[in-house]
Amino acid sequence: MIRERAPTLLEVRDLSASVAGVAILKGVSLTVRAGEVHAIMGPNGSGKSTFAKALVGHPAYQVTSGAAVFGGANLLELPAEERARAWLFLGFQYPVEIPGVANAQFLRLAYNTVQAARGKDELDPLEFDDFVREKMKLLDMDPAFLDRSVNEGFSGGEKKRNEILQMALLEPRLAFLDETDSGLDIDALRVVANGINRLITPDNAIVLVTHYQRMLNYVVPDYVHVMDGGRIIKTGRKDLALELEHRGYDWVAAEATLAA
Amino acid sequence: MSAVLRNLIEQPYRHGFVTDVEADTAPKGLSEDIIRFISRKKGEPEWLLEFRLKAYRHWLTMTEPTWPNVSYPKIDFQDIIYYSAPKPKAKLASMDEVDPELRRTFEKLGVPLHEQKALAGVAVDVIFDSVSVTTTYKKKLAEVGVIFGSMSEAVRDHPDIVRRYLGTVVPSGDNFYAALNSAVFTDGSFCYIPKGVRCPMELSTYFRINTQESGQFERTLIVAEEGAYVSYLEGCTAPKFDTNQLHAAVVELVALDRAEIKYSTVQNWYAGDEQGRGGIYNFVTKRGLCKGAASKISWTQVETGSAITWKYPSCILQGEGATGEFYSVALTNHKQQADTGTKMIHIGANTRSRIISKGISAGESNNSYRGLVQIGPKAENARNYSQCDSMLIGDASGANTFPYIRVQNQTAKVEHEATTSKIGEDQLFYFQSRGVDPEAAVSMIINGFVKDVFTQLPMEFAVEAGRLLGLKLEGSVG
Repeated sequence: MIRERAPTLLEVRDLSASVAGVAILKGVSLTVRAGEVHAIMGPNGSGKSTFAKALVGHPAYQVTSGAAVFGGANLLELPAEERARAWLFLGFQYPVEIPGVANAQFLRLAYNTVQAARGKDELDPLEFDDFVREKMKLLDMDPAFLDRSVNEGFSGGEKKRNEILQMALLEPRLAFLDETDSGLDIDALRVVANGINRLITPDNAIVLVTHYQRMLNYVVPDYVHVMDGGRIIKTGRKDLALELEHRGYDWVAAEATLAA
Repeated sequence: MSAVLRNLIEQPYRHGFVTDVEADTAPKGLSEDIIRFISRKKGEPEWLLEFRLKAYRHWLTMTEPTWPNVSYPKIDFQDIIYYSAPKPKAKLASMDEVDPELRRTFEKLGVPLHEQKALAGVAVDVIFDSVSVTTTYKKKLAEVGVIFGSMSEAVRDHPDIVRRYLGTVVPSGDNFYAALNSAVFTDGSFCYIPKGVRCPMELSTYFRINTQESGQFERTLIVAEEGAYVSYLEGCTAPKFDTNQLHAAVVELVALDRAEIKYSTVQNWYAGDEQGRGGIYNFVTKRGLCKGAASKISWTQVETGSAITWKYPSCILQGEGATGEFYSVALTNHKQQADTGTKMIHIGANTRSRIISKGISAGESNNSYRGLVQIGPKAENARNYSQCDSMLIGDASGANTFPYIRVQNQTAKVEHEATTSKIGEDQLFYFQSRGVDPEAAVSMIINGFVKDVFTQLPMEFAVEAGRLLGLKLEGSVG
């Protein structure tokens, strides 16, 4: 929902970043205000995921220039864990498996760590168990996932649900969801999308990174950005996603070249 | 390797300090005269001196083993002090009378005696250098007939039992280091659980090497008579020195019919610095004999120290239906080397053994599991299950598994499983992206990895061991 005078959550100016010395992002600017849903679309290798990972502080992604201010703080100066404690979240495209660590244990450590950093109460294992089970209902998740190792042997859809479960627990003010729709069948997509919609409040914002329109049928974006070659080359409203679905990305790139 | 991982595994040893206690020290070197000196110092009976001299003469004919997957400069056995004892200021009647210097040392180590005393049901026999300084709870144990104290006292007060069992599980000529130990051992722990007695508390010993360049040669003997049960805890740590110190202990366990011995070790000796200078050479022979039917011996070890570890706590499963277990966590960092594992020798019918080994290698360390499962011709229906998992932290560490399986009875079943995994940057980042710093992340991953072994440790030991692993891998994470 776009509101006038909604507070700005994230202000990115001219961000450039590289991976292993190769420049991927070449000057990205984006402003996200409370209550908004953004979608970043674009072909493979356009820099969508890099943008999200650079902002949350993945060590393999080096920011080479530009600025990012989140909640009034210089995001780029913070280690990744502090960005998370400062209400930033990334839902991974490929959540990593952590054998030997029970999901419940992991979720509680994450929850209590951010709670403590935010000056809020931590939960003991029993309290947390009740709490997390409630959140799992939101995503139609079997509580058996609490006892399994983090993401180990989870199907693609189960991993994505587990990501949104973490979002529900950590209550970020800004969540990047990196291709959360990939690997989901149509029923799972609906469940996950409903879960996301229920987490949206006037005080937070979501940036969906996706290839496809289909997710956007459920989680309706206020803004759609097209990335190509490490830049945002076009920004529109939700209709732009539908147009991309029909016409592909080439025409946007061609238009951008003409304009340049 | 990332800076984060590097910081995590570069963690200085926190127990590096020397206690200033007047020592009564033998001159360097080894000879029959030195052995007579030790024996005389300890006021030993003639048979024990003969045991030592026989071992020494055998040792002279032996050569150091070269098969372990470790490398180190040749040891000069004439450059070692074989006897060093702190001079007691007075006869000690209670813990309060323990040398305050020693007590401060233990406090720095995080195992203060008064805390140990407070821990319900833990009796502590403290070995400081080579002589037992104090023994607690002895009276309470005596009420049920359990004998627990130093080897020196046992030789004096219970010579018959010592003589009956000493060297029966690890013969004096068993191997190079066992022979050396048999010749020069200065003290150690002795524990005897009479028939049908379940030891009312966990018995605990802290070993500590103090005087610079003094070799430490303990000798431990635990005997559980028919139907007896004992859980024994051994904890080790040492101050920091630049020269390597040799530690060649021998531990012998004897379990008679239906007896059970549970032997747990948490070891945190000085491992050398980041460049591999200094640290303890830990060349130890630990062996248990399941002599009686349906007897059981269980070894649990958490090894985090030593520059070089060479150690194979083993079980000889002689009695019918005997059970042997080996649960191990070995953590190596920097330039540490560990070649450790077990031997399960199945002799009797229906014998069982179980091996769970978890190796963690960080820095430039090298961690090898070496295990032998031997099923003898008379071991009908013997069973073994072995699981050997390795975890690598960073790119420069190594892990190896050397399983040896010898089966001479067709009814035997032997299973072996092995895995290798690695703590990756992506796993650490996953934790970070959820607000958790890498240190806490590594700790949680490691604790998950070692869970199967830690559940075997007595509760208070598991807590200490968990803290120790965290300590070993923690650092200044930026």
